[in-house]
Amino acid sequence: MRKHIYLIGLFLVTSLLFSCGSPQDSEIATVSSTDRNNTMESTENLESVELNGDSRTLKILYWQAPSILNPYLSSGTKDIESSSLIVEPLARYDSVDGEMVPWLASTIPTMANGGLASDYRSITWNLRTDVIWSDGTSFTAADVVFTWMYCSNEEFGCVSSNAFKDVAQVVAVDTHTVRVEFTKPMYFPYGPFVGSLTPIIQKEQFKDCLGAAAQACTEQNFNPVGTGPFMVEDFKANDVITFIANPNYREEGKPYFQKVIFKGGGEASSAARAVLETGEFDYAWNLQVEPEVLEGMQDTGKGELLTGFGSNVERIMVNQTNNDSSLGREKRSLYLDGTNPHPFLSDLNVRRALSLAIDRSILVEVGYGDTGRPMCNVIPAPSKFVSDNNEECKTQNIEEANRLLDEAGWVRGRDGVRAKDGIRLSMLYQTSTNSVRQDTQALVKEWWSQIGVETELRHIDGAVFFGSDQGSPDTLGKFYADVQMYTNNFEGIDPSEYVESWVCEEVPGPHNDWNASNIPRGCSADFDALVEQLEVTEESQDRIETIKQINDFVVQNYWEIPLIWRARVSAKSVSLKGVKMNGWDSELWNVADWYRE
Amino acid sequence: MALKGQQAQYQQALLNAQEHPSPWMIVWIALRNHKGALVGAGVFGFITFAVLVGPLFYPYDPAAIDLTVRNQGMSWVHWFGTDNLGRDTLARILSGGRVALSVGFTAMVLSLVLGTAIGLLAGYYKRLDGPLMRFTDFFLALPLLPLLLVIIVFFRDTLSSTFGQNMGIFLLVVVIIGITSWMQIARIVRSETLALKEREFVKAAVSVGTSGRHIVINHILPNILSPIMVSATLGIANAIITESTLSFLGLGFPSDFPTWGRLLFDGSNYIQINVERVIWPGLAISLTVLSINYMGDALRDAIDPRVRNK
Repeated sequence: MRKHIYLIGLFLVTSLLFSCGSPQDSEIATVSSTDRNNTMESTENLESVELNGDSRTLKILYWQAPSILNPYLSSGTKDIESSSLIVEPLARYDSVDGEMVPWLASTIPTMANGGLASDYRSITWNLRTDVIWSDGTSFTAADVVFTWMYCSNEEFGCVSSNAFKDVAQVVAVDTHTVRVEFTKPMYFPYGPFVGSLTPIIQKEQFKDCLGAAAQACTEQNFNPVGTGPFMVEDFKANDVITFIANPNYREEGKPYFQKVIFKGGGEASSAARAVLETGEFDYAWNLQVEPEVLEGMQDTGKGELLTGFGSNVERIMVNQTNNDSSLGREKRSLYLDGTNPHPFLSDLNVRRALSLAIDRSILVEVGYGDTGRPMCNVIPAPSKFVSDNNEECKTQNIEEANRLLDEAGWVRGRDGVRAKDGIRLSMLYQTSTNSVRQDTQALVKEWWSQIGVETELRHIDGAVFFGSDQGSPDTLGKFYADVQMYTNNFEGIDPSEYVESWVCEEVPGPHNDWNASNIPRGCSADFDALVEQLEVTEESQDRIETIKQINDFVVQNYWEIPLIWRARVSAKSVSLKGVKMNGWDSELWNVADWYRE
Repeated sequence: MALKGQQAQYQQALLNAQEHPSPWMIVWIALRNHKGALVGAGVFGFITFAVLVGPLFYPYDPAAIDLTVRNQGMSWVHWFGTDNLGRDTLARILSGGRVALSVGFTAMVLSLVLGTAIGLLAGYYKRLDGPLMRFTDFFLALPLLPLLLVIIVFFRDTLSSTFGQNMGIFLLVVVIIGITSWMQIARIVRSETLALKEREFVKAAVSVGTSGRHIVINHILPNILSPIMVSATLGIANAIITESTLSFLGLGFPSDFPTWGRLLFDGSNYIQINVERVIWPGLAISLTVLSINYMGDALRDAIDPRVRNK
């Protein structure tokens, strides 16, 4: 209390100073009054949203506003998740460990039920017969075939084309049976039509939108006909979508909500506040906010946090190539067949020491709270793929790190920084601008200084760092730094494609516009051999073992230093029930089951 | 006895000064009577003193992380509280103040030199007037923030490798603020020079064959010192604010290098948990800028005889 009186006093002093009359004064006054206008405007908006409200209206807040409702043209998660209220795939991933559940299909095809061919070259889906599009027509195999044609059209530039790249053709066997044929044996054939990225669109509505015409189909892209629980009533791009319940939805009595107001815009902390503290909204998405801030908001008891752990791992990438700024564009951070190794990060002992010095549980405590867990693998889930050979990283061990460096001949100089043959252990550590990441940087820098490694920090605006501008030196693909930190994950529940990220061929450089997946630029014949072995392994238990070996290879060579397994974080109001947070599929995957109490 | 003698001497000097005061004495007396200036000077002097001397006595390092004392309020141990990594807020504000003040002064000097030189040349030499003023207009039209983004991308690596990261960014920020804020000064100086050029004493100097350089330096420059000095004080304030804006936007200095803008930015998420983190840096910025502005106002009033005699 005393503290507060002190503060009020300070405010009085400042306001006195402000009121002493000078030209500066009026400037400040205008600024604050425009500020006030802005806030008034935004509260008015919220109020008008609220006036429509009753207990059967669901209010969802995504702080990035959806700009389109066609997931094949999406520009991010916001578009995919908002359209997941309307269009649905054949199967979804469950909220628990990403198990597949049939959605528009009646069963998941497997070898046992005859759905999967013995040569792994085709898979046959049986569709539900009771599904009706929101315009009253029935859902058939023709729609599934059309969806494949739509996305695989080469003139289109489909966002999810990757899912169809090994598909030779999709055949309608009868009105409710579809066979997907592949160009090669697919040991995980559940890519196409599973999960939120490849839902089924209606042939009747989209038939004139094939290829180059896709972008121009405004009505289709903004108001698709779907099989899901909701349909669009009104869509204001980059602002608000109003959905109403789909009268033709297949399940009797669902959805509970008659109306969904899907508001976009703002930023993470104000979105969290709108659900947890003021209760203006029922659901808010992606709340990457410091744990103590979220905790404070939860105290009001109006809402609660939801976490869903998928495959997101925050990790430090360790550059295996020399990135000295004096090298110039022809050499800097380029692999050049191994002729350009990093001066000291090519030493395994140094990389190992860097990892040992980090206390991951403190990083979690400071930056993530319940929304993160210490992680020592680049594949954190599903549980069958998780290796248990790397648990030593969970305990910080500064002495061991120092001993390793001593043994490797890195001697502390007068300034406390280790050096060998004139090479100092001095690094540039870059990441995107985000307060949690900057706190992590500060902590890691402190620990690394304890093992005699000097660190310079740099943070780059996310739009640039994650962007694909080839002219910019600051993208993560260029990697003009010694170490860099960000979160990476893989699509779906099968990491087979993801584990190929680190093959030599994927090292970024001008030949692939720096748009390749082997960011740390590690390259090893042993690793490539493991990946080749995976490509010909058929038996699923053997595949799992190989994937674990690949994970261990990356982690034990410290090409990447995993730090934290990150959850998706969202919030819901206390009265909203039936929400099952999903780290693998759209968070709104089971919105038909949501209700209010 | 000696004390009394000194006092008498001082009073005599003051009397003499009142009878035949030197021009600077008049300015000083006018300044002394301006309450805003006195308070401003006091506050500014205190902040400067604290920032320069404080870190020598205050026992905390601004970068020292102590996870046992996270998010603490004000206390006798940590005067202004701590942040979410347990770093001491006062230590960070003091160290941030050094950056703010040195950026402010250096950028001000740079823009002052540029602005005065260009204004004098444009005002005195007629054939330079057109090109230099168009050049000024060109700079006035440049948007600062996008320019800064581009410059940071282009020059950061070169400067960092030559001067070290922090010094490199410091130079970059100072130079950018300097070269984007000299235009007002140039315009004021030019108009004053144009007016002075037609006055009799300058014409007399020209008629006895004094060189242009000599006239500009010895006759014109001393007579336009007052607007230059006022611009200088306002320039410091402006530079401090620009640096804060840059840090607030996450540009400029690295995240472990505390500046006032950066502290404010980092604290804004914690405003409900730990309001000190926002109040103190905010207060430091506003008080410094306000006090400098008051001193500038008072200086203008004191130097300009037309205002002073009212």
